[in-house]
This record gives sequence, C-alpha cells and structure tokens, in this order.
Amino acid sequence: MSTKQTISGARGLDKDEPLIFEQSSEGRSGVDLPDGPQAESRLGAVKRRGPIGLPGLSEPQVMRHFVRLSRMNYAIDYGLYPLGSCTMKHNPRLNEKVARLPGLGDVHPLQPVSTVQGALRLMYELSDWLMKLTNMPAVALTPGAGAHGELCGLMAIRAALEAKGENRRRVLVPESAHGTNPATAAMCGFDVDPIPADESGRVDLAAFEAKLGDDVAGLMLTNPNTCGLFESDIVRIAEKLHAVGGYFYCDGANFNAIVGKVRPGDLGIDAMHINLHKTFSTPHGGGGPGSGPVVLSEALAPYAPLPVVVRTVDGFDLIEHDGPERVGRMKGFHGQFGMFVRALAYMMSHGRDGLKQVAEDAVLNANYVLAGLKDVLPPAFDGHCMHEALFTDKGLDGTGVDTMGLAKALIDEGYHPMTVYFPLVVHGAMLVEPTETETKGELDRFVEVMRGLVDKAKAGETDMFEAAPELTPRRRSDETLAARKPVLRWQPPQETAEAAD
Amino acid sequence: MRYLPQTPENRAAMLKTIGVASVDDLFDDVPADVLNAPVDGLPDHMSEISVERHFAAMARENLSPSTAPCFLGAGAYRHHIPATVDHLIQRSEFLTSYTPYQPEISQGTLQYLFEFQTQVALLTGMEVANASMYDGATACGEAVLMAHRVTKRPKTILSGRLHPHYRDATLNLTRFTNFETVVRGPAIGGHGDLADAIDEDTAAIVVQNPDVFGEVRDLTALAEAAHAKGALLIVVVTEVVSLGAIMPPGEMGADIVVAEGQSLGVPLSFGGPHVGLFACRQKFVRQMPGRLAGETVDADGRRSYVLTLNAREQHIRREKATSNICTNAGLCALAFCIHVTLLGEEGMTGLADLNHRTAVYAAERLEKLDGIELMSRSFFNEFALRLPKPAEAVVDRLAQMGILGGVPASRLFPDDAGLANVLIVAATETVTEEDVEALAIGLREALA
Amino acid sequence: MAEIKFTKDHEWIVLDGDEATVGISEYAQDQLGDVVYVELPDPGTKLTKGKEAAVVESVKAASEVYAPASGEVTARNDDLDANPALVNESAEGDGWFYKMKLSDRGELDGLMDREAYEHYVEALDQ
Repeated sequence: MSTKQTISGARGLDKDEPLIFEQSSEGRSGVDLPDGPQAESRLGAVKRRGPIGLPGLSEPQVMRHFVRLSRMNYAIDYGLYPLGSCTMKHNPRLNEKVARLPGLGDVHPLQPVSTVQGALRLMYELSDWLMKLTNMPAVALTPGAGAHGELCGLMAIRAALEAKGENRRRVLVPESAHGTNPATAAMCGFDVDPIPADESGRVDLAAFEAKLGDDVAGLMLTNPNTCGLFESDIVRIAEKLHAVGGYFYCDGANFNAIVGKVRPGDLGIDAMHINLHKTFSTPHGGGGPGSGPVVLSEALAPYAPLPVVVRTVDGFDLIEHDGPERVGRMKGFHGQFGMFVRALAYMMSHGRDGLKQVAEDAVLNANYVLAGLKDVLPPAFDGHCMHEALFTDKGLDGTGVDTMGLAKALIDEGYHPMTVYFPLVVHGAMLVEPTETETKGELDRFVEVMRGLVDKAKAGETDMFEAAPELTPRRRSDETLAARKPVLRWQPPQETAEAAD
Repeated sequence: MRYLPQTPENRAAMLKTIGVASVDDLFDDVPADVLNAPVDGLPDHMSEISVERHFAAMARENLSPSTAPCFLGAGAYRHHIPATVDHLIQRSEFLTSYTPYQPEISQGTLQYLFEFQTQVALLTGMEVANASMYDGATACGEAVLMAHRVTKRPKTILSGRLHPHYRDATLNLTRFTNFETVVRGPAIGGHGDLADAIDEDTAAIVVQNPDVFGEVRDLTALAEAAHAKGALLIVVVTEVVSLGAIMPPGEMGADIVVAEGQSLGVPLSFGGPHVGLFACRQKFVRQMPGRLAGETVDADGRRSYVLTLNAREQHIRREKATSNICTNAGLCALAFCIHVTLLGEEGMTGLADLNHRTAVYAAERLEKLDGIELMSRSFFNEFALRLPKPAEAVVDRLAQMGILGGVPASRLFPDDAGLANVLIVAATETVTEEDVEALAIGLREALA
Repeated sequence: MAEIKFTKDHEWIVLDGDEATVGISEYAQDQLGDVVYVELPDPGTKLTKGKEAAVVESVKAASEVYAPASGEVTARNDDLDANPALVNESAEGDGWFYKMKLSDRGELDGLMDREAYEHYVEALDQ
C-alpha cells in the first residue's frame, strides 16, 4: 500500500471538500430565474435591509461539492450495515419512482378532497395492509417517526384514561428499553417505573406482577425486545395488565422479525407503532425522514389523532375536525405521505407471502451469524435469537480491547459497525441485525472478519484497535472538544478574529 | 422474489449450520397458537410492472398542480425544484445511509448538516440552528416546551393568527404537561392585544410572520414588550422563501425561530415529509431539542464534524431528555441545503422578489373583480380575499374547472362564521400571468 | 475543617464552619468520562437533601447531582463554566460545584467517610 504524499492532499479518487461558504463568489448563482410580472413592493418598512450572507456557487460547483461529500459516506447500497434495531435493509428504487409520479409527489395537502381521491385511496390501502398484518382494527397514520408514534400511542392511552375519569400516572418500562420509551412517557406526564429482566433476557414476570396496581396506566414493551428475543410470556403479560385496567403499548421497532408470521393484535396489545423506515424499507436518508403509524385496539381507536381517512358512499373523505376526546393533531398535515407511497409499494411488491419470507430470512440470517460467532463472542443470552443477535464483550476479556475498539477496527475492514453499547443492560453490548437482504456469502465474509478481529485482539494487537480507523476520510474525532466548545455553524473570518481579541 | 437474495440451497445450508431442522424452530419462543397466523385479505407478491400500474392509476385520480393553475398555500407551497436537487438526493450515499453516529464514515452527512445549520441561522438571523425537525408545526410545539425549560414559567400565549395546525400540534404537545397554553386574539385582527397579555407567568408568546392570512408585520415592538416582562418571543415562519425579502425574525428580536423549510427543495407530497427548521440564541443552545452537528478535529488534526451535545438527547438522558426525538428530517434537510446552495445570495433574494411581485400582480388583478375585497395590506406571496359568498363552495367550483384556486379559511377555522367568505391565495414563482387570468375568469364565473 | 463525607450517589461534602462545599467524587468523574458541561445552582437556591441540585454532562452521559444535605446555596464554582475539565482534573479540589449553608447538620450523620466510601465503590465494581 502506498504512503505517497501528494501536493493536493488528495489520494486518487478521495478528495477533501471545503465548506460551501469557503468557495463563494459574490454575484454567482446556480439558478436562473424568469423575469415575472412587474409590480410595486408592498413590504414597506419590513423589507430586508442587510444581506443574508449566503455563498454564491454555480451549478457545476454545487454538483461537485455534494458528490464529493457523498463519497465520504457509507451506505446500504455499498455494504452490510449490521446495526441492531435499525433494520438496514435494501431500499428498492421502485419506491422512489412511484413516490415521484405527478399526482402523488406534487399534490398539495389542502386541495379539495374531490381532487385527491387517489391520495386518500392510497392512505386507505396502506391502513388496510397495516391493520391486516397486525390484526388490529384501527391505525393512526400521522406520526412522523417512531418516537412520534410512541408519543401518539401514549397520548391515546392518557386520553382513554381521562375519558374514564382515571388519574393513573405510572407506566412500566423495561430497563432494556430504547431511550425514546421513557422520554416519551415523561412527555405525556407519566412517571416511569422500570422493570428488570430475568436471566433469560426477558421481562421478569414476577417483578412485573409485583409492580401491578390500580395506578398503572400502562406498559411499554418492545417485542421482540431490545435483546433480540421474543417475549414468550407476552400474552400473559397483556392479560394481567388488562386485568388491572392498564393499557399495553408495544414498541414495534423490531417488527421485521415477525411480520407476516405473528400478528401483534393476537398478543393483546392496545397500540403499536410501526417504523416504515425499518420494516417497510423507506430509506434512512442519513437520519430521516421516518414515518411511525400506530395501530390501535378497539379500546384506543376513538382517541386516534386527526386527520383520518374514511370511506364514503362514492369515494374517500378526510376528517380534519372532530371531538376533543381525540389525541390532538400530531404534526402539520396528514402524515408522511411520501413514505406511505414507498411503504405501500414495498408491501405490494412482497405481498403476504413475500413478507412472511422477509421475517423468516431475517431471523435465519441473524441466527446464522450467532452460530458463526458464539464460540468467540459469547452471546448475552442462551438459545436462539430473533432478527438480531446480542453479544457481550466477554470474548474480549483480558485483551485490552473493548467493544468500541472492535467497532472501529471493523470500519477499516469495510463494514459499518454493529450497534454498540445498546441495550444498556448488557456490558459492552454488540447488537447485530443483518436483515433479510443479505446473501449467505456476505454473512460468511462478515463472520470471518469478526472472528479474525477477535483473534487479533487475543494476539495482543491493542495498538491497532486504539488507532482504528486509519483508512477512512477522517480518523477518530475529538468529541470532548466538540461538546466543551461547541462550534455549530460557520462564521465569516473577520468575526472570529474579533472574538479572539 | 427480487429483493430476497437467499436461495433454498443457502437456507438449507444455514439451517444445518445453526443445527435446526426448519426455520420455524428458530421461532420456538413464540407461543404456538399465534405463530404463522394466516394473514387474510392481502395479495401475494407482485411484479414491478404490476405495482407501477397500480400506483399510476392512483396518481391519475388526483388533480396534479403540475397540470392546473395552483394558488394553494397555507403552510405548504408549490415552488420550482431545480433538477440538480432531486438528482443529488438520490445518490446512494445520501439516500441509503444512516444517522451519522460513526463520524469517520459519515463526514458527507455531517458536513452538509453543518452547512444546513449555518444556512438556517443566516436566513433567520439567529445565532445557532439545529439539524432539522419533522416539520414546522412540531418544531413550534418543541419551541414552546423549550421556552418553559429556559424561563421555568408555566404559561405560553399563542397568537390567533398562528396557523391552526401549528396551534393544534402545540396544544397537543403541552396537553399532558403542567404548562398552560392560551390562544389569544381573534383570528381577524392584529397582534394588538398580545403585548397586554404578557405577564410574569408568561414563558413565551408565539407569533407567525407572515401570518396565516399572509400579513407581514414588524415584530420589534412586540419583542421588546415580551423581554420587558422576561418572556421569550417565538416567531413562526411557514413560507421560508419570505426570509429572502423580509427582515429576519432575529433582527426583530426573536429568541427562538421555527419554520417550515418545505418551500426550498422539498416536494409538496400531500403534506409530508417536510422539514422543520429550529434556530435560537446561542445562550439557549443546551436546551435546544433535536440533533446538532458540530466542528472538531480528528486524530490527525484535520477539521471534522460530529454529532454533539448528545447528552441532552433521549438515548442518554431517557426520561430527562429535552425531547423524545430520534430522527431529524435527514434527506429533506439535504434537499433544502442543496437548493439554498444553488440559489446563493442572488438567487435567494431574486426568488423572493419574484414571488412577491407575482403575488402583488395577482392580488391587484383579483381585487378588480366585482365583490372581491383584498384584506391584506402588507404581504409577501400570500394574501386573503373576502368573497361575496362562502369560499369553500367557490373553491370546489374552481376545482371542477381545473383550477386550484386557494385555501378557504373555513378549512382551517371551521368554527369561525366570520371567516366563511375568506379565501387564502398564494402566488409563487410557479404562477404565470396566464394562470392569474384563468383564476380571475374562473372566479368571476364561480361568483356569478 | 471537618472531614470529607460521601453519598451513595457519589457526591462529597466538606463542612467548614457554617458553610459546606459539595462536588462529585474521583470515582464519579472517572465513570463519566470527559466532563463537557456543568449546570450549577445559583446562589440563593434552596436545596433539599436527596433532590436534584446540579447536572453534570459528559460526552456520553448526563447525570443528576443530588444535594447531600438541605440548605441554601451561597456560591457556585464559576470556573467550571469556561473549564469543565477541572472536574476531571481535580474532582475533590478545584472541581467543586457549589457551597451551601446547611439547615440541619444532623443530615450529615448518615453519610460515609472516605474509607467506607472506598469499600462501597469496590463492591460496586464487582
């Protein structure tokens, strides 16, 4: 491998790229505008006085800028992304094509309902798929992401309790839960009461029962749970919870393990959010947008937020105003329609049979990785896993290498690391979710690399792990500096010089 | 099935390695009576052609703004998106990448978020901005929660001229907290009585500019009134292009600015996904919700970017977090960033100017029609007309003629009889003089 | 000056006449990692034993710091605003958080002395 020093600092196809603000020329633009009509300004004293300060670049420069930036990113289209709990499956391009169809991508949310019957039909069909896959009688489509869906579900529970005149405040949340769960409960004015897990990694049933009482508003449970395990006592948990008048919120982040195989409605849940950007392949887009529709039981259906799509005699209608008992509006308009289009295209492409195969292959792939690694990386729990395999860092004991080091070394090997240090209940946790869109060959290569890295750790190559990654556009960054002295925007040079005086 | 790469041979070999006979053996923790429950009433897999046909049919059922004169606004605006934007956001490394938690292999995302944050701060005239939120309405709710955290006061006052969806999303977010959210002022009228309503219990007042009827005001005096009582001014902007022509809220004295960024780079898409912008004063930065990209250096001393100030977020603070938010608007923020980069200073001010002239032209043409009164004096690209009949029926009639003539105020304010005849009309750079003429003729016919 | 005492939540307190100084222990700063920010109570704030008094933020965690005893804050350590690293460098010295006037010295009786605290921490690590 060459360590040649170049004049430009570039390394062949890898170039560095400055900020847009550092490449500006006054007066330059990447857009030409038409003249438009003549008219006198009506802005008066509110007219802008000073410049905005935006940089001027032409179209070719803008294209190069963002293309160069893109080359510094890992992506699903590039390689395996074994992030537990994120479901990084292939994002079909058909979804992108149909989302952009004139009549779908460009319709305004406030057009007269008679002019958007196709859009309402699409939402109705998506609702139908979600309800049938989960065996639930209602669905709220509007939440903008998973955490938003959690909020919607908990608000529905709170609204239901208020309608009954009950002032219950306690919500039970497993210690292994994703951070959004307790954060969401707190936002709804609930008090969070943690439940421990047993040695099998599932909710400790005895501890759960001991915490039940008539002040319990509900339970938030992820199933399969954050350790990648199916909560086998879930039906009994639901029964006991309902017996004291509590509601069952299910975090559906791990639905990919059971879609088409198990219907959450059969387990006794009252509400479950579904991450369309996980199970139903809408693209992660570097962090968003997501979409988090919530399926609801009969008990909670009356409280679903507005707007809702309903079938009428001759088409569809959008109900935008209703009684105060409902959870209020969750966001600006009708939900993440662009993600509805994509998710429905995915569902129709797979069909009922394909979706069942998705869950089976997802679980198969995760167990295959588990089988390939368990003798060198002890799993956190015995038995089979579902769609994700959870390992502890015991396999690294005595090597001087920790989970972080392993993750960073994996980057140099050409992989995005697995989820690390989550769930918090497992020391040095490594959560691997390959998803169903990986071949056996890809999984074999991944297992081989992981085993090789553990070998290197045991052989004492601690320096390599400390220094990793070395082959990436940037090495490890000083996150302490970033948090102590936050620099969250570019500033023009003379301002920073003045600040330094 | 085209998206599932495993073959029967692979599956068999893998089951053998794992040591089970069938894949259902891996589902042994699932109670037998719920496993493999039949999913009735859904079709089996379909080919790409079949799926496309189905969606094309649904698309044809809708009247697309690309084929009809479109004057709809009220929180979402039809703008021209340069071809470069949609091309770039579909690059694999942007479309199919994850949240930049591993900065060494996400510098592309982190750098554009840093650029985006700077653009939002510049446009709003504020010191710092986050990496985006779901949309303007949820950003508004989050701003109110933040004001309570910062001031430790229990009450917030919402202007009656705030977009009702923003009002409702905010009321929803505060519904189950100990905070009191009050809606003040009639829908028609100025902000006059808002200043008088501020007291020592007030955390913030929330004002939209241009407001839901398109009216633009100088909020400086209102900012001073709020600050005199120790309260914050939160300004809402639903049409971000207006910031190219109007004094930014930061200059007027805003403490927090939230906006809908959809107008720049993001398609209408029947209301979502859009992109919420959130900016505030530097001194409040640790109370700001959402993600933040920050500058630092890497182990080689090179400038790099990371997500920072994470300790405030849900995955660490859990129930004490500033918010439960996990995602930002990601790709929509990128689209905004690319569009604003293409525009630059000249393009942004030019686009805003073109929007304003188009709207003024349209307003002057339409107020010449019999029985129509232009209600707005100072506006950007959206204005309100009082018609001689209920606006909803007029809009339906126009739709039958193939014209998307505006949003009836009654759609947003169904309980306010005094607004039944009010039509909210937006005219962006996508509106031509022919479109205006078509609307004028259509209105005359619909009102006859 | 009285001896240093520790709480189960890893705060320390030292009484000097009427005024007590409070901070977090060496063990706590080590667990937190690089401290990036400390949110301190202003002078005049009334504190209750066992309730939240301050928040300490590191890159990977944010933790509540509880009041080891009840009273009123008399001073905050302004140095921590510009230099939160002091907490890591000198947790039990220059990295102090705030000073307070105690309302009930008796509340200190239940706290651990250094030896007892060190045993407590050893047990945690196992």
